[in-house]
Amino acid sequence: MAMADEPGKKSDKKGKRPEGKSDLRETNTGVKVKLFYDPTDVPPFNDEASLGNPGQFPYTRGIYPSMYRGRLWTMRQYAGFSTSENTNSRFKFLLNQGQTGLSLALDLPTQLGLDSDDPLAKDDVGKLGVAIDTLRDMEEMFEGIPLDKISTSFTINSTASILLAMYVATAEKQGVNPSDLRGTIQNDIIKEYIARGTYIFPPEPSIRLIGDTIEYCVKQIPSFNSVSVSGTHICECGATPTQGIAYPFLTGIAYIQEVLKRGYGIDDVASLLSFHLIAGGVQFNFFQDIAKLRAARRLWAKMMKERFHSRSEKSMQLKFSTGGMGGGMTEQQPLNNIARISFYALAAALAGSQSMNLPCFDEAYAIPTDEAIRTSLRIQQIIGYEIGVPDVVDPLGGSYYIEALTDSFEKEIVVEMERIESLGGILRCVEDGTIQRQLANQAYEVQKKLESGALIKVGVNRFRIDEGDRELEVFEVDPQTLSKQVSRLKQVKADRDQTKVQMMLKALKNAAIEKTNLMPYILDAVRAYATVGEMVNTLKEVYGEAQHFSVF
Amino acid sequence: MPEKRTIRVLIAKPGLDGHDKGAKIVSKGLKDAGMEVIYTGIRQTVDAIIRAAIQESVDVIGLSILSGTHLSICEELMDKMRKEKLRDTLVLVGGIIPKKDVSHLKKMGIAEVFRPSSTLSEISQFIQSSVSK
Repeated sequence: MAMADEPGKKSDKKGKRPEGKSDLRETNTGVKVKLFYDPTDVPPFNDEASLGNPGQFPYTRGIYPSMYRGRLWTMRQYAGFSTSENTNSRFKFLLNQGQTGLSLALDLPTQLGLDSDDPLAKDDVGKLGVAIDTLRDMEEMFEGIPLDKISTSFTINSTASILLAMYVATAEKQGVNPSDLRGTIQNDIIKEYIARGTYIFPPEPSIRLIGDTIEYCVKQIPSFNSVSVSGTHICECGATPTQGIAYPFLTGIAYIQEVLKRGYGIDDVASLLSFHLIAGGVQFNFFQDIAKLRAARRLWAKMMKERFHSRSEKSMQLKFSTGGMGGGMTEQQPLNNIARISFYALAAALAGSQSMNLPCFDEAYAIPTDEAIRTSLRIQQIIGYEIGVPDVVDPLGGSYYIEALTDSFEKEIVVEMERIESLGGILRCVEDGTIQRQLANQAYEVQKKLESGALIKVGVNRFRIDEGDRELEVFEVDPQTLSKQVSRLKQVKADRDQTKVQMMLKALKNAAIEKTNLMPYILDAVRAYATVGEMVNTLKEVYGEAQHFSVF
Repeated sequence: MPEKRTIRVLIAKPGLDGHDKGAKIVSKGLKDAGMEVIYTGIRQTVDAIIRAAIQESVDVIGLSILSGTHLSICEELMDKMRKEKLRDTLVLVGGIIPKKDVSHLKKMGIAEVFRPSSTLSEISQFIQSSVSK
């Protein structure tokens, strides 16, 4: 309640009064914030418990002691298209341009376990990413790129185990020890059911398969992130910033529990998980996104320590990449998107992200061109090398506003996690459509606010211009991709030992029935040049297929 | 005065892409504009979309395509619709469609293309004026 003697609260003659400290304003993301913050907004905070130094529990300020002075975030841009030869040359181009990791886009048939010659695949082969049918494609894609020298991030989920096996087999062929591989497979099926749609099998065997890949990585490739739990896609699909942390945390815990029940300890597993979180996108607020990610880091550390009794620092250190966010890009005045991308990237850097892949300014037009991808990489490099951002760790730490926001985000994330758990848990809420319905409603409300002007989007509902007929240069996929890829596949099938393939597929099927870890069987099938489709169809015979989760 | 008939719309997601936030938002928007809307869900074949359109006797089919597959999918759909004699069904496409493809799609018989800058009111007004003609 306003107090009469508070100077800032007096009305002036025009009926307007200057705002006082406690007058609340609702931000673009619906968070109520004060006019300014001071020491009274930050609980007499015990630095040790809530902040600590960088690299110290609870890691609010960053997971490494020297953060970007030690090593900048990994700079990746999502790339991959058409055939493995084309992707190979784009990878070499990007590495040549100073990119330090690869982020591989796979086409939808590969993501859904359909071979390029499958009738259902015909429109999508090589469109949104590269087509991978057999180990041969993977070998050619990394031709001349030594796998122990780079880290590769695979946006792959339902067929992650197969693609991981292909990466391992390619390393073997290059003479690289698989234990030296670095990278990430997305391997997060729950957000596929919620937001992205590339699910194949029902939840139970899908989660078991994720457990198999984690278990395999624990034993064989300990520095490979076997899961990248994603909040980004669900935020792009309508989740609030708070939900964008709460749901991936619940999801990550579900995967951890799958492995714990196989007799592993928390510290065997937790450090193999990384997260893919959003800084940017449709519901972007610069300071809030920074605070949210700091809060996420603190909360994860506390959960690992207090709830899971972890004793390893690595388990408590929340590693995350920031990426995606194409939903924030506008068709109108597309060069404005370069400014937006810069703010997303700056927020991610100020929040201590481990890796970035940024959207491109032409996302609303088509698959990004080389120029657009390069521009997004340059934004990362300008922040990393040119303007002094990496010199000091967590430069916003101690800001009354940032710390107050960090505290309130942490509380809200806990409340949302508890709400979902009280409704039966994340998986239950996905299976009955609760979460999908909620996100669809929220996305619709945001769209209505954009149309009414209640949410300002520059160039869209304010400061518009006549766009005329301007067309950006758009990226074109080689129209011969489908026929080229189908004939490559035909050739591989002609060259391989058919009996061996059948034997390996049969062994895979038996292992699926027995519910033993499938990774060794998938590796054997991959080495025999079985196709992605053959392996997935074998598993479909045992697991069946998922219902449709897309409700609204 | 004849009673105003409710416009029936099928929103469909052809191809393998599963990003259907846009399809759901448009479905909700058209519903709120007073239309009856059926959403197919993701990963529909052209044949399944045509079957649903016939079964539900819709006035409008709205395709949501973000994956660069619009030309081949629309060509197949329009061919098959001609064979099924679905001449009166209005077909709209929304999504990530490069401007240069718009005239090509219209030549195929697509009534209108809604790119990312389109609003819900533009879409519903277009449907209302085209269907009542």
